[in-house]
Amino acid sequence: MDTFVQQLINGLTIGSIYALIALGYTMVYGILRLINFAHGDVFMVGAYTGYMLAIHLGFESSPSIIGFAVVLFGSMIISAVIGMLIERFAYRPVRKYSRMTTLITAIGMSLFLEYTFVVIFSGTPRAFPQLLPNDNYTLFGNATINTSQLLIFVVSILLMLGLQYIIFKTKVGKAMRAVSFNLNSAKLMGVNTDFVIAFTFGLGSALAAAGGVLVAQYNPKIEPLMGLLIGLKAFVAAVLGGIGNIPGAVLGGLLIGAAETLVVGYGQYIGIPSTYRDAVAFAILILVLLIRPAGLLGSNVQEKV
Amino acid sequence: MLTLENVSVNYGAIEALTDISLQVNQGEVVTLIGANGAGKTTTLRTITGLLEPRKGRVTYEGTDISGMATHKLLPMGISMSPEGRGVFANLTVRENLDMGAYIRKDKKNIADDMERGFTLFPRLKEREKQKAGTLSGGEQQMLAMARAMMSRPRLLLLDEPSLGLAPLLVHTIFEAIDNIRAEGTTILLVEQNANAALHHSDRAYVLETGRIVMKGDSRQLAADPRVKEAYLGE
Ligand SMILES: Nc1ncnc2c1ncn2[C@@H]1O[C@H](COP(=O)(O)OP(=O)(O)OP(=O)(O)O)[C@@H](O)[C@H]1O
Ligand SMILES: [Mg+2]
Repeated sequence: MDTFVQQLINGLTIGSIYALIALGYTMVYGILRLINFAHGDVFMVGAYTGYMLAIHLGFESSPSIIGFAVVLFGSMIISAVIGMLIERFAYRPVRKYSRMTTLITAIGMSLFLEYTFVVIFSGTPRAFPQLLPNDNYTLFGNATINTSQLLIFVVSILLMLGLQYIIFKTKVGKAMRAVSFNLNSAKLMGVNTDFVIAFTFGLGSALAAAGGVLVAQYNPKIEPLMGLLIGLKAFVAAVLGGIGNIPGAVLGGLLIGAAETLVVGYGQYIGIPSTYRDAVAFAILILVLLIRPAGLLGSNVQEKV
Repeated sequence: MLTLENVSVNYGAIEALTDISLQVNQGEVVTLIGANGAGKTTTLRTITGLLEPRKGRVTYEGTDISGMATHKLLPMGISMSPEGRGVFANLTVRENLDMGAYIRKDKKNIADDMERGFTLFPRLKEREKQKAGTLSGGEQQMLAMARAMMSRPRLLLLDEPSLGLAPLLVHTIFEAIDNIRAEGTTILLVEQNANAALHHSDRAYVLETGRIVMKGDSRQLAADPRVKEAYLGE
């Protein structure tokens, strides 16, 4: 039982990260019907930005909550700007062309980010500094949770609540929902849709960057290709939840995180070796596409009138 | 107030509008009638910048607005209720109306205008918190009109507001058009219901396969034998 609880904690930890990244995929898809394949790399950019901030502002030597907060928010803001620049200079010019064109642009953008970072930082992993003292807390029985896991939970929940607030309670959030339903109608309401689209990229990038910093705290090894696999899994999470659906992205992320660690913990009993961990997400993707392509919370009926 | 001069519009190689010229004066209700595919929606989409004219000019109060970014027109006073209503199905009725007032900041007046919309269409008040996608076609049409009024436009463009509605609702919609006009809003009304449109407008243009083939006083056009035969089914 203890190991089950432990597995669940570990699974939900990584699941929260998938959820944070999946939100960016799903929001951009909801608005542009674009799968932003460079989104996983923005997660990596967030981790490196956090790394640079930590080193240059001197937070690596003296762990403190303030240092962590500055690194987290600094990375979120800088990555949001980078996400908006990507939208402005890579996606906007090709928006009027076919979906295939934009998809290829996204793949190109992904490679561009990855190898730009290889050039700047080399492909060798770097150690992300410890920004907070890492303590272990014992829960019931022998299950433990450490500070960086706790941070992942707390920060992700706060960010998701913040996102919920922006989308449902603010003017720009209302405009985002309107644009996602009908771009031209939104324009007719006087909405500057280019701004709303850029804002959406900024928001998604900030969440991915937060994920990058949080993961780097948990597993302090960063490298330019770190966004590849995690980005793909987060994409699967978005599809599992129903791409375009915000609660779906959160649910999908948590489910995939839990499924992965359960396979690691118990797969051996039903003949699935724990080395299959990274295959779990893709097996789920195939199942979803076969059984329920619209995803768990996605609507099968097209709601456009 | 609004002038189209020799406007031609293409969809790719297909010419949808050929040399259209029309004018809407302050305070008027002008209607544009024509069969399916005549180019009525194309005309409105060109005025609102959703399409760019290949040739010709659209001017509004002396400013050339041909191909201007759509979202810049509402602040100038041009509002449109699009064909097929275009309400945001994923937003509530109230949120749709909020979107209509998106560019305004005067909260107090917005609230008053929303009440006015509810007075015009009491049905919307009852459905205030419901998602617009769950409304009936007629209710969505009322919402689209009320939403278009939330910006306090000086020029209102309506694309087939009575499409697919029961006679009683058609009556409600045209009554609302009369009310909106009485409050001083200029209207360009696109309709297939030529009979009602001609009776609720001052002047009319008849569009046939992308060209204006007749224009004039609405009463006179309603009495014209060609119009009677082709559009009034007499
Ligand atoms: N997006 C498009 N691409 C290509 N052709 C189009 C497009 N939209 C409209 N057309 C064509 O342009 C012509 C005019 O269409 P438009 O929608 O303006 O007609 P309409 O008068 O509004 O008709 P209705 O009364 O059926 O709404 C039609 O022949 C139509 O097929
Ligand atoms: Mg039409």
